[in-house]
Amino acid sequence: MAAMTLGETMSDATERPAGKGPLIYRQSIWTRVTHWVWAICLFFLLLTGLQIFNAHPALYIGQQSGFEFENAVLEIGAINTDAGPRGRTTIFGNSFDTTALGLGMSGSAERPIFTGFPGAVTIPSYRDLGTGRVVHFFFGWIFVATIFIWFVASFINGHIRRDIVPRPSDIAGVPRDIADHATLRFKHGRTYGPLQKLAYFGVFFILFPLIVATGLTMSPGINAAAPWMLDLFGGRQTARTIHFVVMLLLVTFFVVHIIMVFAAGPINELRSMISGWYRASPGTPTVEGDKP
Amino acid sequence: MSGLITRRNFLRSSAIAGSGLILAGCDQFDFLGSKENPVRQAMEQANVLTYKVQRGLIGDQTLAREYSASEIRQGQRPNGSTDPSTPEYMFLKMQNFADYKLTVKGMVEREVSFSLAELRNMPARSQITRHDCVEGWSCIAKWTGTPLGPILDMAGVKPQARFCVYRCFDNIQRTLSGDILYYESSDLVDAYHPQSILSYGLNDQVLPVANGAPIRLRIERALGYKQPKYLHTIELVDDLSPFGKGKGGYWPDTGYDWYGGI
Repeated sequence: MAAMTLGETMSDATERPAGKGPLIYRQSIWTRVTHWVWAICLFFLLLTGLQIFNAHPALYIGQQSGFEFENAVLEIGAINTDAGPRGRTTIFGNSFDTTALGLGMSGSAERPIFTGFPGAVTIPSYRDLGTGRVVHFFFGWIFVATIFIWFVASFINGHIRRDIVPRPSDIAGVPRDIADHATLRFKHGRTYGPLQKLAYFGVFFILFPLIVATGLTMSPGINAAAPWMLDLFGGRQTARTIHFVVMLLLVTFFVVHIIMVFAAGPINELRSMISGWYRASPGTPTVEGDKP
Repeated sequence: MSGLITRRNFLRSSAIAGSGLILAGCDQFDFLGSKENPVRQAMEQANVLTYKVQRGLIGDQTLAREYSASEIRQGQRPNGSTDPSTPEYMFLKMQNFADYKLTVKGMVEREVSFSLAELRNMPARSQITRHDCVEGWSCIAKWTGTPLGPILDMAGVKPQARFCVYRCFDNIQRTLSGDILYYESSDLVDAYHPQSILSYGLNDQVLPVANGAPIRLRIERALGYKQPKYLHTIELVDDLSPFGKGKGGYWPDTGYDWYGGI
């Protein structure tokens, strides 16, 4: 930034095709590789996670699962009605018919399949808890290793400081950024915008650590080594419930993430996450290393 | 162009993204369910890593959490076999297990056997622990029994022994070619763990048949399938491959991880 002068900016702008900002090197190799490794990991972790959930499609609060008392917050099952079997989901004591969503019951009317989540969103597509666990733990290890690599690299190369941790000015800029998003006016700057920072801060500093920690709290081996984790999350079954809720939040993040990629310009966004180069908005000040 | 977004473009792009989500599922990855598949076999190495890291990280004597009596809020939920139908077991059950013997054999200095009365007369340990099923549920109960370590010492485990194989009465699966009997195995760390007990009591009652009478092994730092019910023989070995399909247990033979600590 210090090397930039008004004169350089002006001369670059005249060389560039009209109405285009500079091409900036925005994403380091560490950001790009970890991004795609996570994308693969989270795909398999989600689909095998739903497979594992299907082995006992209920969530509880506390140390144990209430079979002779009530501490379930979510149950997905099926019931018999006069009109035949129906999928039923119970959340905080309120029951819903979720046959249309495939929750509790899926497949055809002649050959219904009774699982929590339908086979279309589980790996394997049929019930196989053992395989689900093998694949889940394999990608769990890669996921955790990638988080570790990302934190070290992003701390050293300044990605965390520059793009992830929101500053007071970012917080102040949130209302303006919300208005810009609502009207589909996106600024493609050198660093992330306020909402971007908040979203990624939430994923990297809250959701990722939380889903790993609650996953480990379900391990009886880890429970022996670190019983404080049971206390931190309020019991093994609460940890399992939090693990599930964080999954829902990550799925929500993914959906918004994809919508934003398309809304903000899929070619440019994809290019920046593949090659690192990103077309900034017109008027973005040029620095050394930019391309026209 | 990337800066220009019309409503139509936006909606069309979102629809494409949405259909990608729906395509995600299906059965392209069902090959991972085949135990012969090399990709699956490579992925299974992650379980070996988990085992080694947990063994390195967690002290051999570190105890599983024990709970207070007030946390026993329900009976111990039975799962798997709940009433074995093998003739040997039904005969023993009829006699209230008077002729039951627990045998320790294999790579030991001397093969030893104990009756139920002998096991009950040995120093006992009681523990209120949480039972975690691989399916995902947990249940807290009080278990009473004889610590396994001293029993193994009475037999004298030979230095080359690496595993205990636990052989059970129950026919967990009945096939056209005969019954498949439940078995499990553990390393000697789990076998000698202070909370590893040959339990004969559950919640201050005699261990019921549904929960593994007369003897169920507790390995408290592992999932439920590592805690064999209806146990009759403990065999010290240096190799698990001769048993069952060679993976060290009935459930590991069907594709579950052998360690079971996660």
